[in-house]
Amino acid sequence: MSPLNPNSPAAHDIATLWWWMLAVAATVFLGAVAMLMIGWLRRDTPGLPFLGENEKANTALVVLFGMAIPIVILVALFIVSDLVLLNETDAPQASSTAMTVTVTGHQWFWGVRYEGKNAETANEIHIPVRTPVNLVVHTADVIHSFWVPELNRKIDTIPGQANSIELYAERPGVYRGQCAEFCGLQHAHMAFRVYAEPMPKFEAWLANIERPAREPTTAEARQGQQYFMEDGCAACHTISGTKAKGTVGPNLTHLAGRQTLAADTIPNTPGDLFRWIQNPQEIKPGAKMPGLGLGPGKFHAIVAYLTGLK
Amino acid sequence: MTVSTPPATAVRLNRLERIWKESPGALGWLTTVDHKRIGILYFFTSLFFFAAGGVEALLIRTQLIGPNQSTLDPATFNEMMSTHGTTMIFFFVVPMSLGAFGNYLLPLMIGARDMAFPRLNALSYWIYLCAGIFLYVGVFSGNAPSAGWFDYVPLASKAYSPGPGIDFYALSLLFVSVSTTAGAINAIVTIFKLRAPGMSLNRMPLFCFAFLAVSFALIFALPALSTALILLELERLLGFHFFIPAAGGDPILWQNLFWIFGHPEVYIIILPAFGIATSIIPTFVRRKMVAWPLVALAEILVAFLGFGVWAHHMFAVGLASATTIYFAAASLIIVIPSGIQLFSWITTIVTGTPRFKTPLLWIIGFIVLFIMGGLSGVMFAAIPFDQQTTDTYFVVAHFHYVIFGAAVFPLLGGMYYWFPKVTGRMYYETWGKVSFWLTFIGTNITFFPMHILGLDGMPRRNYTYGPEMGWTGLNLIETLGAYLLALGLLSVFANLAISIFKGEKAGNDPFGGDTLEWSTTSPPPAYNYAVIPKVSSPYAMWDTEDREDDARNLELGRKTLEQGHETPASTAVDADWDEVLEMPSHSAWPPIVALGMTGVFAMIILEQWFAAAIATVVLALTVAGFHLKEPEEA
Repeated sequence: MSPLNPNSPAAHDIATLWWWMLAVAATVFLGAVAMLMIGWLRRDTPGLPFLGENEKANTALVVLFGMAIPIVILVALFIVSDLVLLNETDAPQASSTAMTVTVTGHQWFWGVRYEGKNAETANEIHIPVRTPVNLVVHTADVIHSFWVPELNRKIDTIPGQANSIELYAERPGVYRGQCAEFCGLQHAHMAFRVYAEPMPKFEAWLANIERPAREPTTAEARQGQQYFMEDGCAACHTISGTKAKGTVGPNLTHLAGRQTLAADTIPNTPGDLFRWIQNPQEIKPGAKMPGLGLGPGKFHAIVAYLTGLK
Repeated sequence: MTVSTPPATAVRLNRLERIWKESPGALGWLTTVDHKRIGILYFFTSLFFFAAGGVEALLIRTQLIGPNQSTLDPATFNEMMSTHGTTMIFFFVVPMSLGAFGNYLLPLMIGARDMAFPRLNALSYWIYLCAGIFLYVGVFSGNAPSAGWFDYVPLASKAYSPGPGIDFYALSLLFVSVSTTAGAINAIVTIFKLRAPGMSLNRMPLFCFAFLAVSFALIFALPALSTALILLELERLLGFHFFIPAAGGDPILWQNLFWIFGHPEVYIIILPAFGIATSIIPTFVRRKMVAWPLVALAEILVAFLGFGVWAHHMFAVGLASATTIYFAAASLIIVIPSGIQLFSWITTIVTGTPRFKTPLLWIIGFIVLFIMGGLSGVMFAAIPFDQQTTDTYFVVAHFHYVIFGAAVFPLLGGMYYWFPKVTGRMYYETWGKVSFWLTFIGTNITFFPMHILGLDGMPRRNYTYGPEMGWTGLNLIETLGAYLLALGLLSVFANLAISIFKGEKAGNDPFGGDTLEWSTTSPPPAYNYAVIPKVSSPYAMWDTEDREDDARNLELGRKTLEQGHETPASTAVDADWDEVLEMPSHSAWPPIVALGMTGVFAMIILEQWFAAAIATVVLALTVAGFHLKEPEEA
């Protein structure tokens, strides 16, 4: 999860900018420390040869190192980073991108919606590789910041404001992202993943996400579906094609297809899912999801239902 | 030092001693208006808050020592990191530099006998103490703020932070800004009006220029903060809507107001450190500062330009490019005055005769850390890079190099430097050097790896992280570094504490200092100078003929102002003799007014509006008492 491991043109540019800045900064730092070292080597002896107490020469040194050289470096930095590079990393025109994905920050997970499709998920974003995607960010509550360092800079989610950024991946892969603006108790557990896939694979994934949830196939899962609808879960979660239409928690229509739970906090295995729904506060203290105390039998049935939601 | 004092001189000194005497014992400390005693009160109080903020830092680092630790639960972690920042900035660095160093040293450096408004000075201290206690009543009653030191809405709004923690934060900062504003006004008037006749502005020590710049910056920056805090409390306590978009408000309003204050605050924190550096360097390299006028201008310019860069804290908010580009350019321009000062210090050291005693070591450490923090700071003016690294540990590394490295190191160096003046005794030189190296190494082990962690994607303010992130090793190193840093700081204060009792007698001028304070006794008498000193350069102590003049004047009873509680006032620019000011003597009103003010804030946080109204009336009465004409001298 490093900005220095770039996988998009924007992230490449920023990483290159960093290495150049580091080289210049290191030169300045070592030069200044070398001057201080001269002071130490000549400790307790008066003045430097040629300079000594020649005020004019000394002031000229200050003007040269403190003004002239910095001005040249700063002007160069300004042109490269704040005029050229800023333009290249700027958010794209929506019309120039293949599609628009809307991401909504919540305390503490990410809702994901594909514009123009009936496709919603949470905490993972699938995109076609080598295709510019227009990403629009909102918030349902406080300020968060959407950040996938290997793909682009970060962008805050501001109440009452829609910000956008380009998401583009050069290579197929999984890129981790995380909330970067402090947003309360579980700011640390508000991560997500971006899956960059070849177009056919992406389209197949999207087609599946657009379908309503699968009906349970075993008796236990049917039982679990009933508990889910009647014992409280449905008040906060949506499972499309069912009566569960809550919007407080993440959309669970295709939960079983996701790799992680609780915003990339634990892996999505039946065992972890059971632990999570039984006592979410132990895994993610302060999370908005309560432990409903339904007892192991009901929880096992709910897990059976959810793990069928491919 | 009393080498056969002539009888007439002894009589004069006795008379001054009697005129300037305050109450003995604890009552004396409660009612004092002596800038030196107030400075000492500020010193110990801010030291206490430094310790509190330090303990909070160590708890934070201990929680982050390894992945998935549970030293602190998430709620407590957020309280600790919020309280750490708030305490260190508002209740340690600023009161330590302005309150302790400024109060103690400004009148001495300009040859005055006190600050311009001695009672207001005492009031500033007592308000500061009460505001600090107010915040920590919140912390210890389980109501610490937990929305970070910049307290962004809507996280800090009632809907997402329902408890009174944010109210303790907002009200204590409003409370303390009364103290800081009064202190800044006092410093400005003192510097402009109380300079010893002859000390025209171009003969004023650079230290005073730095404090002048800071005081002006405070007066213009604090109203933005106060406005933001008042709007926040109106919203939280009375249901107004300033920051909620659904009700026509805007959360970015808070960010603008906060950083309009918050960025100048960075320079407010660091400029006193620059001032201390410009005092210590000439003394230990035996030469005057190179490019003196440029440095004086740069100090003023930094404080001024600091007001035009605030939105560089907001580059990820989604502002228009035209806006961000302007603020990036302004942020780059401010590098120039900092560069001038930096190379003035370096050139002065290299071309002088450096003696690497403890105070100079701290300043060298400061210069190295300031270059580090400055260079990483310049990078944030590259907008795309800022947008990558803001809110990561890279920023945490940067501002700790600036605030701890560049602002606190000179304060520690200054504590060693002026220790003999304040206590009359020497610190232990070898242990001083050891304490420097422990602290310097600890600082770098703690904060340098944070750059790498930030570039490895670790966001700031995460209460924990998973082992799979690969952040474990560096976090472990940082935490061990923090323990070493704490040890270094303890060794500083152990050295000073023991030296108070066991140190060798220091005499008036143990280092060959360059400014006036070294010409009086250590510790200085209540009236500072028996003779109003003659000044003809910014390095008054090195003008030996002037000092001999002072001694002659004392024998002859010239310029001694021994008829009353008096100090001379001079004209603002040229420092021509203007008039003789009758200074107020000790008073019990300052702590009483501060208590009255505490009552008002306490009733507000309890939302007892009727009682708050009564408390306000009581406060008004105490203020009236404060302004009663003081009784004639006994």
